[in-house]
Amino acid sequence: MRPVLLPRLCRVAVCGGTHGNELSGVYLVREMLKTETRREDGESASVLMVLSNPRAMQQCRRYVDTDLNRCFTHATLNGPVSDGTPYEIMRSRELNAMLGPKGSRAAVDLVCDLHNTTANMGLCFIAYSDSDWICLHIFRYLQMPDTPMRFIHFDVSNKESYSLYSIGKHGFAMEIGPQPHGCVKSDIYTAMKEGVQHMLDWAGYFNSGCLFEGGLVDVFTMVKNVDYPRDGETRNIMATIHPRLQDRDFCLLHPGDPLFQTFSGETLTYNGNEPLYPFFINECAYYEKGIALSLARKKCVTIPSIRAQTEEEEEQASEQSFASEEEE
Amino acid sequence: MSSGGNNNTKAAARVDAARRVAIFGGTHGNEMSGVTLVNLWVQNGAEIQRKGVEIKPFIANPKAVEKCVRYVDTDLNRAFTQENLSATGDDELPYEVQRAQEINRMFGPKGSAGAYDVIFDLHNTTSNMGCTLILESSKDAFNLQMMNYIKKAFAPASCLVLLNEHPLLKYSTSRSVAKHPVGLEVGPQPQGVLRSNIFEAMRVILKHALDFIELFNEGMEFPACTVEVFWVLERMDYPRDANGNIIAMVHPNLQDCDWEPLNPGDPMFQTFDGKSIHYQGSSTVYPTFINEAAYYEKQQAFVTTRRETLVASAVRKA
Repeated sequence: MRPVLLPRLCRVAVCGGTHGNELSGVYLVREMLKTETRREDGESASVLMVLSNPRAMQQCRRYVDTDLNRCFTHATLNGPVSDGTPYEIMRSRELNAMLGPKGSRAAVDLVCDLHNTTANMGLCFIAYSDSDWICLHIFRYLQMPDTPMRFIHFDVSNKESYSLYSIGKHGFAMEIGPQPHGCVKSDIYTAMKEGVQHMLDWAGYFNSGCLFEGGLVDVFTMVKNVDYPRDGETRNIMATIHPRLQDRDFCLLHPGDPLFQTFSGETLTYNGNEPLYPFFINECAYYEKGIALSLARKKCVTIPSIRAQTEEEEEQASEQSFASEEEE
Repeated sequence: MSSGGNNNTKAAARVDAARRVAIFGGTHGNEMSGVTLVNLWVQNGAEIQRKGVEIKPFIANPKAVEKCVRYVDTDLNRAFTQENLSATGDDELPYEVQRAQEINRMFGPKGSAGAYDVIFDLHNTTSNMGCTLILESSKDAFNLQMMNYIKKAFAPASCLVLLNEHPLLKYSTSRSVAKHPVGLEVGPQPQGVLRSNIFEAMRVILKHALDFIELFNEGMEFPACTVEVFWVLERMDYPRDANGNIIAMVHPNLQDCDWEPLNPGDPMFQTFDGKSIHYQGSSTVYPTFINEAAYYEKQQAFVTTRRETLVASAVRKA
């Protein structure tokens, strides 16, 4: 089968500190800004390093006014602003101007947004598409022997997509845990550093015309979130993640398996009608979002071989799309 | 336990019965085990009732708890200095200084005969410290006997004792308002997260502590005993550059190795480009509070301790 031809990745953005207390990305981007390594192999991608939420980073908090990583819907990016507009919404527009505009030809080719989680998730890619061959190939290329890796798909339309990585033509979050917020653990940092390095290596090889063979990739598609049992009046949580579920992200959860343990020691079980894969189990930042854990279905995705378009092929492709735009 | 064992040649030290006890949760608003336990007990205190003693569960820093942050203006658990407690200025004072004065009125005054007998202060840490009791004085026989009791009751599970009596590093804790301050520190748990195993461990330790108080108040004599403690030596900061930015992380060989020996020459930090920095001290130490998130701003990567065995005299209710 012929490979799928895709435009080169001329501009790649690596973002850290989108949540100011997720420190692996903060320290990694700071280090990369200091050393400013240039890619030498093949056709260089220009790499932009961005510290997304400097004010939250300074205070070592997730956000100052509102979660920056929910501010990138088209509506929020283009809506009205005033003096009272929250800091993160103003910042999302700055980032959109720098890396976007989202949805336009000027947007960067690839955004990799660095995150940490308190959940025991290893290294995860989080993306809005299960057919973005660039992201899936990078994931496949990245396989690191000591770090469990999964690809998580949030089935959200481009119109509704809200995360920073949705600005780029391609984008994903690199989420690594477990790490407490406000802390950097050396093994987590090292995994992230290697992940970013391999990703940039891949982009270099891709741009220089390498053919990447297709294959199979397991993809976890988010199905639903489960909240903690809460007190009707105070909304305080009334149970913890059950000890037999704690830290067992991506271990299949069957109907009847323990889910929560109340403060009086009672076990509450999962009562869904199909076995699903839990993740983001006991993520600190999700208490306020009403999420104790998320549940996903696993499927096997066939990805095609891909290769970067040559300059000629890129010209032809753009002439064709210009012509079809004219017809419209 | 009978009074006067074979090697107990001295009469037991007489200590006043503990009639007023408080349990503080949320001294740091994002340390969830204590917040959750105290909220539970405020609603229904049956579990913490004991004969002959009034036990008050109390949220120390409600504003921080509401926002799920460590503190609002300043660290409450450093705020109980004499200077702060006697400061004037009311509303202009930082929130936690006002709160410290209020707590001092309710449970103190610190250093006076009218102060609460015991305050248990519930904390969590991101460090892999397991269950730790924090002692502020090596001469508090009542506390030492309590900790000995707790350790034995909790065994075979481990509950260690950290003694912070260092003249410079000792700090003015919320519990220091009481005659017998007891810190409970359980980890590892991320800030803002509630883990069931950590929650249950803290609950069990407190149960043993309250059992001790009840037995003591009933007149039981606790014979002289020894208690192994980890005595705080020094605070080790992260390596920093000229601008004060951290340039290295806790080394993977040290991460999560609280209470294990750190020998001269052992790896201690790892720079962001992978180089090891080694411990340069002259003797083996026992590090703890390794990689506590809240201590980055306090210039502390970990503290070193030395192991020591303290002798606690026999105690009995006065």
